[in-house]
Amino acid sequence: MSFLDVKDLKIHFPTDDGLVKSVDGLSFSLERGKTLGIVGESGSGKSVTSLGVLGLHKGGRARLSGEIWLDGEELIGASAEHVRRLRGKKMAMIFQDPLSSMHPFYTVGHQIIEAYRIHNNVSKQVARKHAVDMLGRVGIPEPERRVDAYPHEFSGGMRQRAMIAMALSCDPELLIADEPTTALDVTVQAQILDLMRDLQREFNSALIIITHDLGVVAELSDDILVMYGGKCVEYGTTDDIFYRPEHPYTWGLLGSMPRLDREPTERLMPIKGSPPSLINVPSGCAFHPRCPYAEKTGGKDRTEVPALTETEGGHLVRCHLDRAERRDLWENEIKPALETP
Amino acid sequence: MSDNEPLLSVHNMEKHFPVTKGLLKRQVGAVKAVDGIDFEVFKGETLGLVGESGCGKSTTGRLVTRLLEPTAGKIVFEGQDITHMSQGRLRPLRRDMQMIFQDPYSSLNPRHTVGAIVGAPFRIQGVKTDNGIKKAVQDILELVGLNPEHYNRYPHEFSGGQRQRIGIARTLALKPKLIIADEPVSALDVSIQAQVVNLLEDLQNELDLTYVVIAHDLSVVRHISDRVAVMYLGKIVEIADRKRLYESPMHPYTNALLSAVPVPDPKSRKERERIRLVGDVPSPLNPPPACRFHTRCWKAQDICKQVEPPLAQLADGHRVACHFPENAPEQAPSTPAVTTG
Amino acid sequence: MVTYIIRRLIGAFAMLIVISMVTFGIFFVVPQWAGATPEALASRYVGRAATPETVALVAERLGFNDPVVVQYGRFVKGLFAGAEYDYGAGVEQCPAPCFGYSFISGQPVWPDLVDRMPVTFSLAIGAAILWVVAGVSVGVLSALRRGSIFDRISMGTALAGVSLPIFFTGMISLVVFSYGLGWTPPGGAWTDFTVNPAQWAYNLLLPWITLAFLFAATYARLTRAGMLETMGEDYIRTARAKGLRENQVVTKHGLRAALTPILTLFGIDFGLLIGGAILTETTYTLPGLGQFAILAIRNQDLPQVMGVVLVAAGFVVVASLVVDLLYAVVDPRVRLS
Repeated sequence: MSFLDVKDLKIHFPTDDGLVKSVDGLSFSLERGKTLGIVGESGSGKSVTSLGVLGLHKGGRARLSGEIWLDGEELIGASAEHVRRLRGKKMAMIFQDPLSSMHPFYTVGHQIIEAYRIHNNVSKQVARKHAVDMLGRVGIPEPERRVDAYPHEFSGGMRQRAMIAMALSCDPELLIADEPTTALDVTVQAQILDLMRDLQREFNSALIIITHDLGVVAELSDDILVMYGGKCVEYGTTDDIFYRPEHPYTWGLLGSMPRLDREPTERLMPIKGSPPSLINVPSGCAFHPRCPYAEKTGGKDRTEVPALTETEGGHLVRCHLDRAERRDLWENEIKPALETP
Repeated sequence: MSDNEPLLSVHNMEKHFPVTKGLLKRQVGAVKAVDGIDFEVFKGETLGLVGESGCGKSTTGRLVTRLLEPTAGKIVFEGQDITHMSQGRLRPLRRDMQMIFQDPYSSLNPRHTVGAIVGAPFRIQGVKTDNGIKKAVQDILELVGLNPEHYNRYPHEFSGGQRQRIGIARTLALKPKLIIADEPVSALDVSIQAQVVNLLEDLQNELDLTYVVIAHDLSVVRHISDRVAVMYLGKIVEIADRKRLYESPMHPYTNALLSAVPVPDPKSRKERERIRLVGDVPSPLNPPPACRFHTRCWKAQDICKQVEPPLAQLADGHRVACHFPENAPEQAPSTPAVTTG
Repeated sequence: MVTYIIRRLIGAFAMLIVISMVTFGIFFVVPQWAGATPEALASRYVGRAATPETVALVAERLGFNDPVVVQYGRFVKGLFAGAEYDYGAGVEQCPAPCFGYSFISGQPVWPDLVDRMPVTFSLAIGAAILWVVAGVSVGVLSALRRGSIFDRISMGTALAGVSLPIFFTGMISLVVFSYGLGWTPPGGAWTDFTVNPAQWAYNLLLPWITLAFLFAATYARLTRAGMLETMGEDYIRTARAKGLRENQVVTKHGLRAALTPILTLFGIDFGLLIGGAILTETTYTLPGLGQFAILAIRNQDLPQVMGVVLVAAGFVVVASLVVDLLYAVVDPRVRLS
């Protein structure tokens, strides 16, 4: 069994307008020292998944089912108190906006010390020393002075580093980063991504990085999971996803991005339509209203939810088109269009 | 106005925001958001303005449209000096110069219908239409890819991408000549970004528009622009046509910026030489003297700390402000890449 | 930070000056504009048996014939340095701060005010402690259990508390608890704290509870609204993600952030209250500043009214200054601006 094993995770929210199926049967696994990138657009369910792994939906209105195995322990069935003790210690999270994610009234040092002392019975002085240490490790200059500064006194990049220091203060084995660099400038983003890679190596942590930016996952991940409408539509190694993608949504994402490493195309190739509502998920294959190849399925796209099938060596795809057809489309239509001369 | 004259030209434009301190609110300094920039925009082209936070690009957009008044310098639009023109005299000119805003959620009044929002420019400017304002509005809605029958709907009934289209429709209502787009797609999902980028390009061709696109996403800017200007701490450090800027950037900052963008190609991450800048962007309250970039530049020498390099024409259509520009096509810097601190 | 304090202190001082001018204007100048002559004013000091000559003399001696500005200057000087009053029958010394002499009793106003302050302070402080504790805890619990029976009952009760006037709830509670059940003493009972603390508290029990009920209602609703807002913030999610116990998340992260507007309101409410809880003191017949004010108004005793108004205004200004300063202590983002 892997270090983290998620099996058929479902997270549904009952609301006045209907049942929101944010996560609808998600499975993946991750080993320590490895990075999984979860890619999706808004409403794909990727953030809800990460909060679910951390147990932050327990006690709320969400209905969870499935299994989450962390280092041999199952978390969905475990008590809320038990999972709370693991949070921050065994698994930790970094959020997108460090300014709103840190309490404005407490110093950064106080918040790191707080994180540390929940799980470690040490004196304030020892905890403070540890906080200064962590701030130094994430590359904040003059940490002994900065430990008493407030979050709003840091610049964006330094603030995110401080949040990373806080998340790592108890040496978690699993780290989830939810859009950690989306709010940052591009040069700062590069620094933070480097930092995360270095720290992962140092702590040998399992890292889940959630983002909509394919460039970021190409940099950091070993495996990639593409989410759409609460489900996984494609799952494979980073090479699988970038060099042998087999789902029309993945193709669409790759075609939507202007790229610096290729000649500029005349027009981008967007996916028509908008991301689906999670209350009224389209019937059958959730992607069918936007899929350029939907008619090739002979009507199945509207009636049947495609199963996640293995195409080759752990590469999974959820699509009605058969393998040969997908391969053909990729080689002859999509790939050439992406790589203009 | 002849064809060789720029539609918009900016000379040594400055915007300093005063900072006051003490009991009597004396001015102790200024935030030099924009500190002396020059550029032109010619009819029918797209000028991209890129930079990171604090570089002054958004302020530039607001100065050019006279939402702010410059503290120094000159702005000439269609041959007229609009630098200190009164709002009354500016109003007729505003028909020709419009702005698209970043946030599709907050730039539309939630209490107005789409018809009212897009029709407002007609009413404000007192423009007479052949078949009535409603018909004119519906025509524009169709032009931007929205259903004209949604005339009476409210913004919250639309998705983010559709709302951005409404914003664009409003901008186009009076057939402006120049459109300043401030981060027009950053708040949108990747697949929707591509739709809106394509739309902007189509509209430019159909309506003979001129764009200034302000963005931080270098890939989007490259796709859509003819020429690009790079800003850093209130100054333009490099301005060139797209091909030259992206293929053979001369300013070290441009180099660092381009090398920081994560590229969606896993293989290249191992091959690329990375330039890493140390630290965050300095504050515009206290920009470094002489060349503003010298504190983070790996090539900085004494002269860079003493003499500010002028924006000089170093190649055809390519201006750079640097004492030691790189002239060859993009290659690894001669000194080893600086690693993150 | 220091400049912030200095600027606020100067502002507070200026405000007090303005208040004194306005009060002076209302009580000394308006009657004159309305036609009251200096003699009419002076006659209030000498009683009915005085002859017109005596009245004229007193008017002269008390300075009622002088221009307004001079009279105001004398008044302000009296506040700081004391004054002398020459009635003709002798010279009376009025030590600083001199608010003048009561028309009715002929006694200096300030000592009367001082006598009554402990009553109002006892009432205000006791009630304040009760209402903050009760109001904030009910508000927090209601926010956490939003939509539950507890929430609905407590907010309904709060609505009643906010809507029912104090004299109504006061009267009802007197009838029920004091005269009906005999659990609490009847109105008018007052023992000084230094004489008998237990008796002091017992006498104030019912007024404390009724006054606190009124305010607790507002504070419960405000705290609930503030908590609902802060508990939805991103930093709460981070606190939980760190593994904090839920009660720590609620108090140290949620409540701490929600309290700042409550703090501001408390400053104003408390400042107003210690200047005279008029309705409560009247309902329960407590000899505090509020009752003093009512009596002074009924008797048209101008110096007394002036005195109590200035003192009450002073309390409000000081209280709001303290709250502004506390705000900077509580919210570090305020300090830098």
